[in-house]
Amino acid sequence: MTSVVPTSALSDGAAGWPRIRTVGVDGMLVSFGDRLGEPANRAALAFRAALDRAALVGALETSTSLVSTYVRFDALRVGHAAMRTALLSLLAARDWYGAPLPEGRRLWRIPTVYGGDLAPQLAEAAQAAGMTSEVAIASLSQSRVRVQTIGFAPGQPYLGELDPAWDIPRQKALSDRVPEGALVVAIRQLVLFSVTTPTGWRHVGQTAFRLFRPEADTPFVLRPGDEVLFEAVPPEQMARMRTDPDGGARAERLE
Amino acid sequence: MKRALIVHRAGPGLSVQDDGRPGYLGFGLSRGGAVDRLALVEGAALLGQGESLAALEMAGMGGEFEATCDVRIALTGAPMRASLGGVRLAWNASHLLPAGARLLIGGVEAGSYGYLHLGGGIDLPRILGARSAHLASGLGRFVAAGSQLPVGEESRAALTGVCLAVAPRLDGGEIRVVPSLQTDFFAPSERLRFEATLFRRDARGSRMGVRLIADGPGFHSDAGLSVLSEVVVPGDIQITGDGTPFVLLAECQTTGGYPRLASVLPCDLPRVVQAPAGAALRFRFVTLEEAVAAERQAEAHRKGLPAALRPMVRNLHDMRDLLSYQLISGVTAGDDIERNAT
Repeated sequence: MTSVVPTSALSDGAAGWPRIRTVGVDGMLVSFGDRLGEPANRAALAFRAALDRAALVGALETSTSLVSTYVRFDALRVGHAAMRTALLSLLAARDWYGAPLPEGRRLWRIPTVYGGDLAPQLAEAAQAAGMTSEVAIASLSQSRVRVQTIGFAPGQPYLGELDPAWDIPRQKALSDRVPEGALVVAIRQLVLFSVTTPTGWRHVGQTAFRLFRPEADTPFVLRPGDEVLFEAVPPEQMARMRTDPDGGARAERLE
Repeated sequence: MKRALIVHRAGPGLSVQDDGRPGYLGFGLSRGGAVDRLALVEGAALLGQGESLAALEMAGMGGEFEATCDVRIALTGAPMRASLGGVRLAWNASHLLPAGARLLIGGVEAGSYGYLHLGGGIDLPRILGARSAHLASGLGRFVAAGSQLPVGEESRAALTGVCLAVAPRLDGGEIRVVPSLQTDFFAPSERLRFEATLFRRDARGSRMGVRLIADGPGFHSDAGLSVLSEVVVPGDIQITGDGTPFVLLAECQTTGGYPRLASVLPCDLPRVVQAPAGAALRFRFVTLEEAVAAERQAEAHRKGLPAALRPMVRNLHDMRDLLSYQLISGVTAGDDIERNAT
């Protein structure tokens, strides 16, 4: 794919980024890299916000993945060439890799039971990361991680970035059913599940936090840019956490 | 009396569906809605009402229904064995369902998903802007026997007894695809082999996607399994770790780590959705320009549906002798549904 972006917009270094690709018949994807990185993640979030503000003719919906911004558009009214030109023009407007994080970010403290019957793969994951279970709990519960994107299932965050020791692969075989509220780990990232699902990630913690509340005023609780501490609590607290609408979690605004 | 549809018996895959919830991709919620969007539009045309009204989607099997008031209905998508008071009902047509009468809808005779539309639509409360169940995310659920579905009011006395001639889309066939963001992760030889392969739709499938089976080895990308999770859209053909292709449908995940080989044109997706287990499917790459032209043509077709309505020769009251006629291909007269009803 050709990309005609001024070099000033490419401060992240790698040649060829950002890159625009088509998605199906009516979508375009602006990618800021091919691996997860903090500047590329911030660029994707900031570019999406700018796209929404710009309200390009024909644009119908936007979203982000880890390092990309997606736009669905009315391809019958606005041609692909015109949409590409509009995106390139917006890309040239600034250095997106240097963009600030979204505004209104919050720090969430979400109580989490690590290991035991509620999260049976902690020991296995710790071993893969070269730690004892105790060290693994300390490491995970004290890592302040950031919501890099919401995706796969409603309200579900991808969080990072963990210490390099947590660069552990996904399992080869899928776990059949990991429950809603499960905290899972792989490739220096955590995911907190919003639905019960099969997964290749290892189940290291269990929360009582509901990420998707379709009946509530705020159906999707976490937002990209929010930070989270998964604080360790003893398993006896789970019953009480489950009676709390926020699963015992508390939030404060970040400046 | 309150307008409602009473569900006396329910097949295992009944759900309320409309045109879904666009706008929540960034929150991880895919659009969802009817898997055969064209069937939804055809039902709206038959009843002369808006396309955003909700209908009952029936996967493979219908059920037994009764209305509390006289309600207009239309039947679209995969034809099922439907009868009212012992009289066989034509598919791709509208009818009057009188209060208290029993509507029987049996198994599919072709295709996979049938639709029962109601005049005024199914009037469930909207959640996040729509009435459709998004089963994968726990938003709404399957409709079970014993349910009562509220039916919207109709402002004016309206027509029944019209039908649509519908181009066949129930038996698989050739599906057009476009290259998408990850197509070049696959070597040209893999793409050619994909185009040359005759697939069959696996029996496994859901509103999230259908699995394709073929003789010969699976398909493999050069990128391996280290691909960063990227945006997923309905129609994407995802290749899982063992090389099996899945065509993703309305309720698919919003991002995913498995590479996508191509993406099905939205206007060809109903053909994938409706292909029954075992039906043959082939895929052919077209250019974006060809795809846009095909979508334009499909849009014109949808807009032309109201003008394409034709009266059925007679209305419900004197349909009995009409049952010896073949109204539309694949629907024959008969009392078979009565004999087989349990």
